[in-house]
Amino acid sequence: MSERLTPLYELHKELGGKLVPFAGWQLPVRYQSAKEEHEAVRSAAGLFDVSHMGEIWVTGAEAEKALNFLTCNDVTKLSDGKALYSAILNERGGVVDDIIIYRFSLDRFLICVNASNSEKDYEWLQSKNRFEAEFVNESDRWGQIALQGPKSASIVASLPGGEVIAALKRFRFFEAELGGIKIIAARTGYTGEDGFEFFTAWGETADLWSALLNAGKDFGLVPCGLAARDSLRLEACYPLHGHELSEDYTAFESGLAWIVKLDKGDFIGRSALLAENERGSIRKLTPFFVEDAGIVREGAAVFSTAGDPIGVVTSGTHTPTVNRALGLAMVKSEYSKEGAVFEAEVRGKRLQCKAASSPFYDATKSK
Amino acid sequence: MTCPDDLKYTSDHEWVRIEGANATVGITHFAQAELGDLVFVELPAIGRAVSKKETFCVVESTKAASDVYAPLGGKVAEVNQDLNSNPELINQDPYNGGWIAKLEGIDEAEAAELLSAAQYREIIGE
Repeated sequence: MSERLTPLYELHKELGGKLVPFAGWQLPVRYQSAKEEHEAVRSAAGLFDVSHMGEIWVTGAEAEKALNFLTCNDVTKLSDGKALYSAILNERGGVVDDIIIYRFSLDRFLICVNASNSEKDYEWLQSKNRFEAEFVNESDRWGQIALQGPKSASIVASLPGGEVIAALKRFRFFEAELGGIKIIAARTGYTGEDGFEFFTAWGETADLWSALLNAGKDFGLVPCGLAARDSLRLEACYPLHGHELSEDYTAFESGLAWIVKLDKGDFIGRSALLAENERGSIRKLTPFFVEDAGIVREGAAVFSTAGDPIGVVTSGTHTPTVNRALGLAMVKSEYSKEGAVFEAEVRGKRLQCKAASSPFYDATKSK
Repeated sequence: MTCPDDLKYTSDHEWVRIEGANATVGITHFAQAELGDLVFVELPAIGRAVSKKETFCVVESTKAASDVYAPLGGKVAEVNQDLNSNPELINQDPYNGGWIAKLEGIDEAEAAELLSAAQYREIIGE
């Protein structure tokens, strides 16, 4: 076994987690039923080990300028204690990684990056930076736990020090103590539900996990694995690096236009995206439902009803809350409009699919 | 009772109930637990002739599609249509309500090669 272990590895085994390799780590794909874990997050709460995610500090007099050049969202819109979803792009406008930027002060930022990317991102940021800023990769020092679901705030509030954390607004964070453990608490997540993400020292992560799991017992909190995380994010139409996001798809094609601020000044990828903005994108990430019986998965080739190849499925499964076979596909732009019909090939058969509107699931409308 | 004694098994985690020249086939409790919640079953066509070890059904969980092999040769006489709307029957009741297909005209020699419950239990470490 060459994968790395998170600080919760022993706890996952004790909890009956089915451990699998993921992005270079051993992580639980599920504990008991992935469907029940998914449903718990929609109706109560779920706890996720996201310690594999990377943490990179950006400090220095020009840290803000550096991040505004190295990522596509407008970092100057942040104030202390606010977080921002952004992306690191290549010169072609392709996505190197999607990240969250946390501003501690004008000269001190934390960025949270995808697990398999922390080394690559760290080297990329250092090599492309032209401002007075320093980068420190502390991915090995930080564990991370996500608490997600409508009961999250109540669970946090029930722990010593939790009330002030429960009062955080969305995309705000601060350095806090929860149950006597020093953490960075952020009101963010990747499930389409309300919730929190907590950073804590590697060695304290297991204590934080146990404290949360214990506090959540009376609220229906369950530990959740990668399968639930994937079906939850897919229903919310959140793109996943290595699936929807890659250096070969531009930020516009991948549906990240809302975090691309062409007017903020120069940044890596801007000129390519300006040109794409002028001429229009040739393909677009498109949510779809499968109309025929069957499940369409990542990698399935997509065809027009006339039989012409028009793209590829980037993620697809049958999800519990929406309770249908659905997915995301990168297809020629003319097929991205809601209601457009196309076909995906599964084991030699072509299943009819229909372009849907994003997201499949919206917590604010469903409750 | 994760492997009923009156059934036969394969090392690929299918079970077989032999009745004369006919056999009912499904996947074991162990297999369904490994696969997790099933969300789709692609059943074989009725009348299809299958040979031993041939993929004749696909069961899909949220994470993956997995092949089910014919435990022995025969002709598909009947399939469990309930699985079209309730694939989770395989999770809930793998040996009864979750049966997959019935084969007729089975090969007696192949039937004799199937594993006993005790032999299968050894394979799954029970």
